[in-house]
Amino acid sequence: MQDFLEFQSISKGYPGVQALSDISFSVAKGAVHGLMGENGAGKSTLIRLLSGDQAADEGEIRIEGEAQGYRSVRDAFRAGVIVIHQELQLVPELTVAENLWLGHFPGKGGVIDRRQLLRVVGEKLAEIGIDVDPSAKIASLSIGERQMVEIAKAVMLDARVIALDEPTSSLSSRESEILFALIERLRSNGTVILYVSHRLDEIFRLCDSLTVLRDGKLAAHHPDISKVTRDQIIAEMVGREISNIWGWRSRDLGAERLRVEAICGPKLKTPLSFSVRRGEILGFFGLIGAGRSEMTRLVYGADRRHQGTVAIDGTTVPADNPPQSIRAGMVLCPEDRKFDGIVQGRSIEENMAISSRRHFSPFGILNLKKEAELADRFIAKLRVRTPSRKQDIINLSGGNQQKVILGRWLSEQGVKVLIIDEPTRGIDVGAKSEIYEILYELAAEGMAIVVISSELPEVMGITDRILVMCQGRIAADIARADFDERRILAAALPDVPTEQVQPS
Amino acid sequence: MTSLKKLLLGEQGLVVIFAVAFAIVALTVPNFLTERNMLGLLQSVVTIGIVACTMMFCLASRDFDLSVGSTVAFSGMVAVMASNASGSILIGLAAALLCGGFVGLVNGVVIAHFRINALITTLATMQIVRGFALIASDGRAVGINDPSFYQLALSKFLGIPTPIWVMGFFFLVFGFVLNRTVFGKNTLAIGGNPEASRLAGVNVSNMRIWIFALQGLVCAVAGVLLASRITSGQPNAATGLELSVISACVLGGVSLAGGRAAMTGVIVGVLIMGIAENVMNLLNIQAFYQYVVRGLILLLAVLLDNLRSAAAGRRG
Repeated sequence: MQDFLEFQSISKGYPGVQALSDISFSVAKGAVHGLMGENGAGKSTLIRLLSGDQAADEGEIRIEGEAQGYRSVRDAFRAGVIVIHQELQLVPELTVAENLWLGHFPGKGGVIDRRQLLRVVGEKLAEIGIDVDPSAKIASLSIGERQMVEIAKAVMLDARVIALDEPTSSLSSRESEILFALIERLRSNGTVILYVSHRLDEIFRLCDSLTVLRDGKLAAHHPDISKVTRDQIIAEMVGREISNIWGWRSRDLGAERLRVEAICGPKLKTPLSFSVRRGEILGFFGLIGAGRSEMTRLVYGADRRHQGTVAIDGTTVPADNPPQSIRAGMVLCPEDRKFDGIVQGRSIEENMAISSRRHFSPFGILNLKKEAELADRFIAKLRVRTPSRKQDIINLSGGNQQKVILGRWLSEQGVKVLIIDEPTRGIDVGAKSEIYEILYELAAEGMAIVVISSELPEVMGITDRILVMCQGRIAADIARADFDERRILAAALPDVPTEQVQPS
Repeated sequence: MTSLKKLLLGEQGLVVIFAVAFAIVALTVPNFLTERNMLGLLQSVVTIGIVACTMMFCLASRDFDLSVGSTVAFSGMVAVMASNASGSILIGLAAALLCGGFVGLVNGVVIAHFRINALITTLATMQIVRGFALIASDGRAVGINDPSFYQLALSKFLGIPTPIWVMGFFFLVFGFVLNRTVFGKNTLAIGGNPEASRLAGVNVSNMRIWIFALQGLVCAVAGVLLASRITSGQPNAATGLELSVISACVLGGVSLAGGRAAMTGVIVGVLIMGIAENVMNLLNIQAFYQYVVRGLILLLAVLLDNLRSAAAGRRG
């Protein structure tokens, strides 16, 4: 097959970081090409160059042998290259049809021909095989449906190359299946798909070829994915063999640490109760919409509780106030790091010290030396990859941002309960193991840890016990000895026969 | 990037531009660089300068306060009326601070607890408070009875009028508060990402209430000094102050989107506003043109800021 999309000696540097150096590889026409690498390996930078958002320092991108010197996202659109980011770029208050036509509405003299709009979009969606009502508002769609709309938009713009950045990270398994089917159809139309993911099973299932990046360099290029093994790819990504990424080991569990009694709130109607022991890692599994994150926010006091109590070591925690929860020894690493976790525009140092600085700031006056020490200590301990503690947190990769947020809580005093929602979403294999290791250490020190995850292998891999949530209720309580994929999924999905379900 | 561009778009770009503009003006405009004119210039920016200190906190936490002009007028009025009535300047000052702080507190509570947009809330209090000032004085200026009240603005220390010392003191204090205290860092964190700050244990509602209350208190100080300088409580004093103050802050690189602020920037912003006005006065340019020039300066500053963030984005 002929090479359709080529990257030739691409280099790109930022102050203090050489994000990409001398990357060359090519993708055949009609191929789904996987792009893997740890966070910070350079995938996002490569995608950004492809999207036209930024320009390479050296090298060029060629499509059908033609060098693409584009300098803006619009130019890239014209060249038929569309990147679909993790954060979707649709206007929530407009309809599907309006979003698809945004920028080039049909009609005369600025008057939109609504009927034509709906008809054309309806036909197009049917043709691509996307089942979404063209007149529905984007805000009313699920994340999965929104992603479909983004892809439809790419198809309508006659995209020759579509890059998908972690497309399944917030999809349920059912939604992922629909996405995969759509990718298959696009492939058969000859569209080149660049598929960025951390999930090896998806890569093996979808991709024809694969490129692995490591530390901004090309670690491996596999024109035929059937000739590589899983372990080989992991080794290429991390530069070392990881035999068991979970690394779970048994721990002594102590007395009850966290007790949640019959809590409910505006979005969680049925009262929920559970408890966690010292040293225990409790997993919460459930599909998107099962109420896991709502439960988390209620326990932490981020949302107001209608009723119920939360107690740590027998002492009740006040109902609706994160600062009080933190003082009582309960901390949260939120699911959506970008919106709820990091304070963008501020440095790593400030992001880490935001809560714990009150312990060493007499009369509210900062101790900058102590803050710097603290930041350096946790940057080293958690192996945050950054040129300096002064770096704006927004410039870090997802895994490193997660480590900074963990650092924020590890620097607190007397943390008894750690709630961590989607601990490794968007985080690469190497950093995942590091984060799991940190959790085991904390548990061994007697902390009670609650892990919420929509990745079943992860929950099964690292927790001591799993509570399965379904439609706002706890559907099952399963101890590690009884972990069974089918049983857990069956509890999570009441209306779907388990035989049809693929674990995510 | 050429080195000139780097200099202008860098961290200290505004300071560089300010220094160059100052040098040019000093060399070309007669009588500009005299002690008398310099002190006059600084006197003329005292109100803006003082209020800008706390406006910086408001903007840095993603909020807004339009009620500052009215609060300055109202608390100045209260200071004059209360000291006339009681015969004690101290009681007048205390009453002014109390009223200013109360207006700020109300703003803060409405915004933080009832979750009403800061723009709307302070637009409302701006009119309510101005109304109070007019009602209390029946729309007329209220003269100061006790001449020692004038001394607040007229007295000098080391040859420099007290209000300028007060402004300098506020610059120092709020510069310290912004950079070296938990309060300052929390303000910037709230502006950067309010929800993340809340989940990280920052008491966002309390912070916002404090910021507004502080703004009210500082407005009262500015109001007292202004009343002393104009020797009366004027219900129509400081109209449009809110826009000058916000302009000065934005000129100084405070981001309206929150999360970014620097005291040096604000000081430079305040001085630029003052110099523009002063130079136009010295050159006998009709006052009407001053509006146009002020608007243009603001637009240019925002443009510069945009170029700067774009350059920073490319770099990082």
